[in-house]
Amino acid sequence: MVGFVVVSHSQKIAEGTVELAKQMAADVKISAAGGMEDGSIGTDVSRILAGIEAVQTGDGVVVLVDLGSAVMSSEMAIEMLSDGSNVKIVDAPIVEGTIFGAVQASIGSSLEEVIDVLAGTKSYKKI
Amino acid sequence: MATKAEVLDFIRIYADKMAEHRQELTDLDQAIGDGDHGINMSRGFKAVMEKLPAVENKSIDEILKTVGMTLISTVGGASGPLYGTAFMKAGMSTKEKEELSNEDVILAFDEAVGGIQFRGKAVRGEKTILDSMIPAIDAIKASIKEGKTMAEALVEAEKAAWNGVEYTKTIIATKGRASYLGERSIGHQDPGATSMAYAFQAANEVAQKAGK
Repeated sequence: MVGFVVVSHSQKIAEGTVELAKQMAADVKISAAGGMEDGSIGTDVSRILAGIEAVQTGDGVVVLVDLGSAVMSSEMAIEMLSDGSNVKIVDAPIVEGTIFGAVQASIGSSLEEVIDVLAGTKSYKKI
Repeated sequence: MATKAEVLDFIRIYADKMAEHRQELTDLDQAIGDGDHGINMSRGFKAVMEKLPAVENKSIDEILKTVGMTLISTVGGASGPLYGTAFMKAGMSTKEKEELSNEDVILAFDEAVGGIQFRGKAVRGEKTILDSMIPAIDAIKASIKEGKTMAEALVEAEKAAWNGVEYTKTIIATKGRASYLGERSIGHQDPGATSMAYAFQAANEVAQKAGK
């Protein structure tokens, strides 16, 4: 099953996003890589790396990011993997993307299918 | 040229500068970003200073790579991956060197700036680190080509870096948090360009001390 890593500058945002997504897709592996080791605001390459490894089952991992260094830190974490070819950062809203992606993964969709669904979340209308 | 002792000296002086200018960099970042640049850089270089004794007898590439890895894992903001990549790329270009010729120094700077461009996907003129770094490196190259010493070249490089910092006040940010401000970013000095100018100031001070 495709796994997910939620990368945010804030530990609370990352953990809260995982909490919300788990409500919809309890069986999906989702890790929160938010904030720094000491809980302060920031993104931490080693936490992201550990997050990816924790949810990788071989079927691929989707990384959702908030902004700024979250993208760069995630790119570096992926480069540090011995094989990061099926770990993808997606350009999607972090909360909606995690929920939609997790639901899609929970029905057994492939990495490509999950990424396809996430591509559509940017135009998803709330009102 | 630069000896290993001078490379170490550069790292120590730059770390001191990041601690000394912590508030200034944070104030600049508060105006147009998320206000953490000074905090992040000083935190990163404090960690570097703790790691340095363990590697100071190793080769220059090992030292630079350790600085890079430490910054990547401790800074927290975008400057971590950016400065971290710069030091790592510079390190990779100086493999197994115990001393750097002028050409080696220029290559290391070129690799460092290439690393920042790759990681940040930015070009000159976007109100970033690059706006002080690229003119400074260009000044080193031009000075060495004219037959000047590295110490003379670094005087020019620091001047060019600060001119670059001044230039960032006149342009709109299109990268990073400051880009959310659009036109409102004009008039503000870029914190990343500023912290990079301090790197050239540190290098210049080391070179003047060594007198070459």
